[in-house]
Amino acid sequence: MRFSALNRRLAAITFATFATVGLAAAGAAFAAAGDASVMIQNFDFHPMAISVPVGAKVTWKNLDGEPHTVTSVDGSFRSNALDQDDTFSFRFTKPGVYKYLCTIHPRMMATVTVK
Amino acid sequence: MDHEPTRRGALQCLGLGAGTLFALSGGVPSGFDLAQAAEPGAAAKIGTPLFVQISDSHIGFSKEANPDVVGTLNRTIDLVNGLPRRPAFAVHTGDITHLSKAAQFDQASQLLSRLRVAELHLVPGEHDVTDGAGTEYFARFGAASNGKGYYSFDHAGVHMVALVNVMQFKPGGLASLGDEQMAWLKDDLSGRSASQPVVLFAHMPMWSIYEPWGWGSSDSEQVLALVNRFGSVTVLNGHIHQIVSKVEGNVTFHTARSTAYPQPAAGVGPGPLPLAVPADRLPGMLGVTTISRAPLHRSLRLADTTLA
Repeated sequence: MRFSALNRRLAAITFATFATVGLAAAGAAFAAAGDASVMIQNFDFHPMAISVPVGAKVTWKNLDGEPHTVTSVDGSFRSNALDQDDTFSFRFTKPGVYKYLCTIHPRMMATVTVK
Repeated sequence: MDHEPTRRGALQCLGLGAGTLFALSGGVPSGFDLAQAAEPGAAAKIGTPLFVQISDSHIGFSKEANPDVVGTLNRTIDLVNGLPRRPAFAVHTGDITHLSKAAQFDQASQLLSRLRVAELHLVPGEHDVTDGAGTEYFARFGAASNGKGYYSFDHAGVHMVALVNVMQFKPGGLASLGDEQMAWLKDDLSGRSASQPVVLFAHMPMWSIYEPWGWGSSDSEQVLALVNRFGSVTVLNGHIHQIVSKVEGNVTFHTARSTAYPQPAAGVGPGPLPLAVPADRLPGMLGVTTISRAPLHRSLRLADTTLA
């Protein structure tokens, strides 16, 4: 079981590498523009809804003096508790609407749409 | 015959300042000055201490609101160890650590081991489980409850129930016990005599204090329905780093102060951020709750002591 999980991960990395190379060939500016950041401040995600292309990396930064987490509802990504100024990044390789929340403050909800 | 609590539908909210001892007996909340409580002979009036409640130690926190959470936890432990009549055990109602890190749990365990009590009973706060189910907290403290985290035991005729209300929640909603734990609780309480005092303890307030900040739990009505046949029910929570109390029927709800830092009153500011206060005011906003049983009363009494 461990092996197959590892293989899947390697496959994902390989896919991501090819995707990056492909984007780089299409133009470095385009790849950089696809990445996005979300700030966590005053117990909200800013912006609360973002849309990014497949392959984009999203980076969250917690500006609050209270820890927050970035945890997807479907389990596809989760951060550890982010203390003030900590960041967490995730690269989205599949299209979809990803709902996520802070498990410390579950009323904090937001979405990433990957097209 | 013991005095049975007779209050019905009474609902009282008490905001208590530093240095007040809070006693509840037979439904009548009474306040005593701490200096009075320390006088010779006061112990008999207050009753036998059953246990102490410590909460929200946030080991790993080091920001402005309290750069020395280790120091204030140590002072809390000194306070407990110095009580004239030592309680049999202690409960910690969660947020033992700030970020669920192994090193923070190690340090907290080492500090809490200095408590001069026979047993320490824990429940997790949401800060203790940010790494998910079955990880640090449960690896360390879950063995006795088969990894569930909730359990019960009896002490001196009092039924103690530890509940976990930081793992189950609906996105956008409040925390809850969840169906499995609720079924366990129902089973745990069934067949018990209604005259047995029951104490429930969990991290999140088990009544709605301020929902926009998550200060409540969504299945508290179901829990109330399970316990309201008992003559004396005490519900002890943490999470909000300040004392808020309510009496409803035979049920007394009480949230404890933190040992680390205070938080603002409900709705003051953008959210429940650590509240920075002048250094000389901090000890008066941190402390411990002592739960006693009065000689002639079935219901339990709560006394809050600050580090000031």
